Amino acid sequence: MAPLAYITALHQALRDEMARDERVCVLGEDVRLGLTGITQGLAQAYGPERVVDMPLSEQGFTSLATGAAMAGQRPVVEFQIPSLLYLVFEQIANQAHKFSLMTGGQVSVPVTYLVPGSGSRSGMAGQHSDHPYSLFAHVGSRPWCRRRRRTPTGCWCPRCATPDPVAVFAPTMLMGTAEEVTGELGPVPLGSARVHREGTDVTVVAVGHLVPTALQVAAELAGEVSIEVVDPRTVYPVDWATLGESVAKTGRLVVMDDSNRMCGLGGEILATAAEEYALVAPPKRVSRPDGAVIPYALALDHALLPSAAQLTEAVRAVLK
Amino acid sequence: MRLIREFEERCFEMALSGELVGGIHPYIGQEAVAVGVCSQLDVQDVITSTHRGHGHVLAKGADPKRMLAELYGTTEGLNRGRGGSMHAADVSLGIFGANGIVGAGAPIATGAAWAARRAGREQVAVSFFGDGALSQGVVLEAFNLAALWSLPVVFVCENNGYATSLPVGRGLAGDPVRRAAGFGMTAWSVDGMDVETVAEAAAAAVDGCRRGAGPYFLECKTYRFHGHHSFEQQVGIDYREGDEVARWQDRDPLTLQRDRLPADVVASVDAEIAALVEDAVAFARSSPAPDPGDALEYLYAGPIAARPGSVL
Ligand SMILES: Cc1ncc(C[n+]2csc(CCOP(=O)(O)OP(=O)(O)O)c2C)c(N)n1
Repeated sequence: MAPLAYITALHQALRDEMARDERVCVLGEDVRLGLTGITQGLAQAYGPERVVDMPLSEQGFTSLATGAAMAGQRPVVEFQIPSLLYLVFEQIANQAHKFSLMTGGQVSVPVTYLVPGSGSRSGMAGQHSDHPYSLFAHVGSRPWCRRRRRTPTGCWCPRCATPDPVAVFAPTMLMGTAEEVTGELGPVPLGSARVHREGTDVTVVAVGHLVPTALQVAAELAGEVSIEVVDPRTVYPVDWATLGESVAKTGRLVVMDDSNRMCGLGGEILATAAEEYALVAPPKRVSRPDGAVIPYALALDHALLPSAAQLTEAVRAVLK
Repeated sequence: MRLIREFEERCFEMALSGELVGGIHPYIGQEAVAVGVCSQLDVQDVITSTHRGHGHVLAKGADPKRMLAELYGTTEGLNRGRGGSMHAADVSLGIFGANGIVGAGAPIATGAAWAARRAGREQVAVSFFGDGALSQGVVLEAFNLAALWSLPVVFVCENNGYATSLPVGRGLAGDPVRRAAGFGMTAWSVDGMDVETVAEAAAAAVDGCRRGAGPYFLECKTYRFHGHHSFEQQVGIDYREGDEVARWQDRDPLTLQRDRLPADVVASVDAEIAALVEDAVAFARSSPAPDPGDALEYLYAGPIAARPGSVL
């Protein structure tokens, strides 16, 4: 099979789901044109009633999607930049997420929030470089942080995943990449991690676009240490069973996570490991700093992101 | 109206006595709005409501027994004890929930109207909110979307003169009707103390929506006879001057309507409602409390199992 571009996989997943289910519609800014690449051509295929250009009113259309979902639709809401999620935090965390419990199970809100271009992209500075999936995991709003295109549909399609609201974070650093795909293109089961590389000495848990970095480090250190690389794929829920099995084998853990350190996903994985796993050395994490704001200058931007060098250091530290 | 009044008076007593833990935001005085509007809706029409939602939910047809059981936090409640006063919902009756966040229901109702149109259903959605909500961006965003797409939504602004303690004149620039009209909606201001006036305006708006002439905006000038929340009475806050409450009480929507009806009709309605509310109280008091072990039930509609807060 020819290499499949990450963005094509996202597009194809959406297209397939629209073909399969009439209730799936896309709401967002410039989606008819397909500015981010994912929705290109979908308006021509499915009409402007299903691929709807929205005015710049994120709070309004995020809750419009909630109401539409409660009334039987399956909206996919595309956000142009990840920080818009802060603008609609009320609408997702306090409305969509809470309806199922608050109504005693009378409704669910099967909306997918699609965040293409999440995380740092070169030179986008303070307000366009966040990757806030940990925030959504914290409130329980099911963020996915996608990495592999062999698994495109599962990330957002209600049939494969969950009837609940789901946020799909597609990291910028993967948007332009392509990869050979082996096996079936199919859904990722909810909360199912993937072991990308087997190893016996250290478990490295890497999320999203950091999986390639972890694999690179694992390859570089292969003569020195045997690293197992595990990608949780869905960051809420986390596949604790697979992580636990890996750590049971290696006894050592490093988490690589492009969240801010304070209350980030990395902290949660370390805490769970400390509570539940038999670690033989203190675990480490590689993340952004506490409360990071990404600076404009490229060297400064990169200085705050988790890096291969930091991971190498962390792996060596847990081996001591 | 009689049902809402009686129901709320009982709730108010129960809130003051501590029987209803969260207290309530009483709707007493505003009944003509909920009843006038909901009398024009079919079962499948959708409403979104507010923190002051009892009136809307009952007027849309919710069972008072299950509603009170909800305020009691029991498993027989509309929301199985998970929602309470500020989230009471009966989705089978198109009640998409009272909402604790001011203005939050406006885009949700707009979404329901949009979904109805997409699915080819002739449904109307009504969003109730207070004058305070007109300062929320999300409400104005909903106006824009609904007007842009001519959606069948009726935005019902209950202008009771206050947002908590803030008089409307100190919170709102300009005039609500002109503000709504600025979005290209048909907008009216009506006497919200007269149920027949409200019903007439709502009928025209709902009918217009069904003909594709929506959205509509209805400002209902009304008044709440009690404080913002039952807590306010308990701590003894007051911000309304002199005989303002008494002047509005002279225009009590229930009295106004009662005077229009034959005495025997009034008497039989009163008797029927008294019995209904008694039944509701008995039902709520005797219905079972949920099992604490089930506190996370319904968190997800799908197969996610949330981990507990403590793992031993
Ligand atoms: C967005 C938001 N801000 C503040 C609050 C706290 N609060 C609850 S009700 C209320 C006043 C609402 O006034 P209005 O919209 O006029 O409705 P009314 O209470 O008069 O029915 C406030 C400030 C809230 N729930 N939501």
